[in-house]
Amino acid sequence: MTRTIAFDAIVETAAELCRRAAVELPPDVLQALREGAARETSETGREFFRQYLENAEIARATQMPLCQDTGFAVYFVEYGDEIRLDRGTIYEALEEGTKQGYRIHHLRKSIDADPLFRRENTATNTPAVVHLTIVKGDRLHITLAPKGGGSENMSRLKMLKPADGRAGVVDFVVSSVVEAGGNPCPPTVVGVGIGGTAEVAMLLAKKALLRPLGTPNPDSDYAALEKEILEKINRSGCGPQGLGGNVTSLAVHINVHACHLASLPVAVNLNCHAARHAEATL
Amino acid sequence: MTRQITLPLDEKTARALRAGDRVEVSGTIWTARDAAHARFFELLDAGKTLPVDLRDQTIYFVGPCPAPPGKVIGSAGPTTSGRMDRYSPRLITECGLRGMIGKGDRNAEVVSAMKRCGAVYFAATGGAGALIARCIKSCEVVAFPDLGPEAVHKLEVEKFPLIVAIDASGKSCYAREVDK
Repeated sequence: MTRTIAFDAIVETAAELCRRAAVELPPDVLQALREGAARETSETGREFFRQYLENAEIARATQMPLCQDTGFAVYFVEYGDEIRLDRGTIYEALEEGTKQGYRIHHLRKSIDADPLFRRENTATNTPAVVHLTIVKGDRLHITLAPKGGGSENMSRLKMLKPADGRAGVVDFVVSSVVEAGGNPCPPTVVGVGIGGTAEVAMLLAKKALLRPLGTPNPDSDYAALEKEILEKINRSGCGPQGLGGNVTSLAVHINVHACHLASLPVAVNLNCHAARHAEATL
Repeated sequence: MTRQITLPLDEKTARALRAGDRVEVSGTIWTARDAAHARFFELLDAGKTLPVDLRDQTIYFVGPCPAPPGKVIGSAGPTTSGRMDRYSPRLITECGLRGMIGKGDRNAEVVSAMKRCGAVYFAATGGAGALIARCIKSCEVVAFPDLGPEAVHKLEVEKFPLIVAIDASGKSCYAREVDK
């Protein structure tokens, strides 16, 4: 059995996800910010929380982006093996949807064509980044998590030794977040990838950012590790915007993968306080 | 308590600001980020004048969103200031730059130039671009239009909420420690 999906329907969906992710703070993030505001003890920190929540209201009411850095368009796609498109490929459809979404909704185009020698803005916010997973069935599920430079620049990867163990992981993640200071716009969501190969670890860390806030890792050992790391980060005093406070991160999410005998890769990928994401199923 | 500040800043006013002061800034500011700073340096190295006389002026590290119909500007929050650390000292010492607005800590060279010349670094609220856009009353591209969002814009702002993050005596609000 195959199910045909119209190329144009994917384009339209992607464009709408670009709008929604840029202007609407997801409910789980809004809830986490409200809880963070109640926990924050610094007066300056509380004022930042007040501004974050007011900013979210203004963004929703005026359809202005929450943040001017509307990011790299990073898509996570679950693509049913019974799907066929009426024309083109999923990559082409998401590319076109990104172009349309960023143009129609007045989002900032932040992509330079070449990283080193010809840093010229492509003016379309493409290419997009597409992570495709083939799954059973006839559904197409698209998640867009636009990623700004401020938080992405604070990413870190370290190939630990297996003997470094739990303490090594805790030290690396805590110091990565604390040394990032105000740059990634704390309070952050901390994505941690442990295991796999170097590139798998970073992808795990990025995917961990998509887990709804307030949901711990289903494995109790990793859930305890998430809690311990979060508490250590929040004892640093870094705080909202790095200007002091006891809420530096809203959550730590760990994703893991099988690991080579010789390795213990650990990756850290951060989201700012406006942990943007939007999803749709076709 | 929030202090009202009118730009441009002179050295005396800048030196009177203290790290941790909450201020609202009104007046003219200039946008510049990575690419515009690189162009400034090309001009300075060639012995040419900058498109903006930076004496006593304030630069806002921002690349705004395009203005939707009927609006002055799109979302316009600060970008990470640390990327401008290699440029700011020369703009302070050679060009008389008095104020900078961004987010995140600055390095020792920037702080040293600030102390010597009496400049101040303000933190805006990162990720509050829609809220900040409301404080911007006019916006005009004045240099490097080919850079798009990275062009130099002249902004008139009213009551732009900021915190003095590093003052002209070098005192900083950025302090944290890793709890081992």
